[in-house]
Amino acid sequence: MKKYWTILGLCLLCMVIFVPVTLADETVPSAAATIAPKIDSGDTAFVLLSAALVMLMTPGLALFYGGMVRTKNALSTIMQSLFIVAVVSVQWVLWGYTLAFGPDIHHLIGSFDWLLLNGVGQTPNPDYAATIPHMAFMIFQAMFAVITPALITGSFAERMKFPAFIVFTLLWVTFVYDPVAHWVWGVGGWLRNLGLLDFAGGTVVHILSGVSGLVVALVIGKRKGHGSEAMLPHHLPMTVLGAGLLWFGWFGFNAGSALGANGLAASAFVVTNTAAAAAALSWVFAEWSLQGKPTVLGAASGSVAGLVAITPASGYIAAGPSIIIGFAAGIICYLAVSVLKGKLGYDDSLDAFGVHAIGGTWGAIATGLWASKAINPAGADGLFYGNPGQVVTQLIGIGASWAMAIVATFIIIKIVMLFMPVRASAEEEVLGLDISEHGERGYAYQDLMSGSPVFHEKLAVHHADVIATLKLNAEERGQ
Amino acid sequence: MTMRKITKIDIITRPEKLEELKEALGTIGVTGMTVTQVYGCGLQKGHKEIYRGREVAINFLPKVKIEIVVCEVPVEKVLDAAKRVCRTGNIGDGKIFVYPLENAVRIRTGEEGDIAIIDPTS
Repeated sequence: MKKYWTILGLCLLCMVIFVPVTLADETVPSAAATIAPKIDSGDTAFVLLSAALVMLMTPGLALFYGGMVRTKNALSTIMQSLFIVAVVSVQWVLWGYTLAFGPDIHHLIGSFDWLLLNGVGQTPNPDYAATIPHMAFMIFQAMFAVITPALITGSFAERMKFPAFIVFTLLWVTFVYDPVAHWVWGVGGWLRNLGLLDFAGGTVVHILSGVSGLVVALVIGKRKGHGSEAMLPHHLPMTVLGAGLLWFGWFGFNAGSALGANGLAASAFVVTNTAAAAAALSWVFAEWSLQGKPTVLGAASGSVAGLVAITPASGYIAAGPSIIIGFAAGIICYLAVSVLKGKLGYDDSLDAFGVHAIGGTWGAIATGLWASKAINPAGADGLFYGNPGQVVTQLIGIGASWAMAIVATFIIIKIVMLFMPVRASAEEEVLGLDISEHGERGYAYQDLMSGSPVFHEKLAVHHADVIATLKLNAEERGQ
Repeated sequence: MTMRKITKIDIITRPEKLEELKEALGTIGVTGMTVTQVYGCGLQKGHKEIYRGREVAINFLPKVKIEIVVCEVPVEKVLDAAKRVCRTGNIGDGKIFVYPLENAVRIRTGEEGDIAIIDPTS
């Protein structure tokens, strides 16, 4: 294990060494800046704050997911989302942004021209947003790259080793997210050229994460005891807090995708809120009528399902259709996680597939139905506005995203499995990943504790002893 | 020295009855007790919980277990008090178990037998 860390460390070191070399090339603001488009202060303020809102979604997701796992895995589940903020933020600056949005290569990927943000400066890039600094667009997009792999963690929660998780995330963002973001949003990307409408990431964010999550869940297998033991959420109030932060942050995600403080942003804001509300209603009423209780987890899950579904459509549709999209999303996603998952028997721990892949697919189709140029002249008309061809375009985008997610994620997880243990051992799963992976516990009052502070330098050795003792205790209790 | 008979009584009952039971036991002279939160099953059926449309049967229900040890206070008075307070007439009121006890030790003084459980201040 130490060997891999050394290699990873050396790679990171090399990257840091190259920073001054690349930065040296950067030209000082010159005459070119004078002919550049004018920065709009309102737009810039709005997009920067939207980026901050989207950033908060990932810690929000940590709480949303963290509340749904068992006590012994609360911290490890939270850590996966939290750590992705750090990992992908650095990846994005180093090579992620240029792969996704850099100058096009064969309509498939961005070139390395903007490596280390070389050439991405304070002046606008009119290809993407003419009224805000290119840096503002870059950091807004960074937050999308951060939350997407974090969504995947819901599928493999409670059983993935932390080192393997880091390597998987880095590879996945580089080889799945960055290329598909380029296809859909990058100048020259083939799906963008085709006319695919995806305002804020129904395909790029939600289909990719949800489908990839299912692939990982299937490859690494079910949690120990899945199907025979009750695996209950340990702290639903935490999940509700997370859902609240997601809903709040989603205004930055969707309205911010207008990339300006304008009418389109207001429209996206309204349909986002409306769809989330409609889906929360429909999920709760569906569950209530079929199973007898209006559950809190259903209300939280429903709102997220609605937010997922409205994401691709948010900049193209009117308020009326947003109610239909949200209402249908709540019912479709509820059926996906209760009926479909039960029938097929896969262990998608926290329903990243059922909510994000299914909700994202529905949203991408719905965009092709209700998109209207009256809302966004830069978009297109959908089926109900006389353009059935848009549905075909949407289906191509959906198919491409599903295919890329399935094939690339399968290859990536298999490659990671060749080099390191991906799945926690049975003993570690029984003990819980909080202690086995992180040497911490989320709740000090969960059981009787005994121990003493360690003052000498052999802390690691002591931790190993403690873990061995805890494992022994866990086994005794298990017998 | 012959030791008077010591008896241990376990009362397993509804958590909401704990305060009332503690008061009732106090009035008949039982001053010490050990209380634990426990889960149990018996005639009382559990309930159903629903998480994202998946139903889970919860079979073990939360109860409290009150452990008391008596010597001077008659066992019958304890049983009467517990029955009076804890009985609702519905399934799930709980059980009372009575055991003879071999010995008891007060750790602070090392006293053994009945003296170890009798309140020295009374």
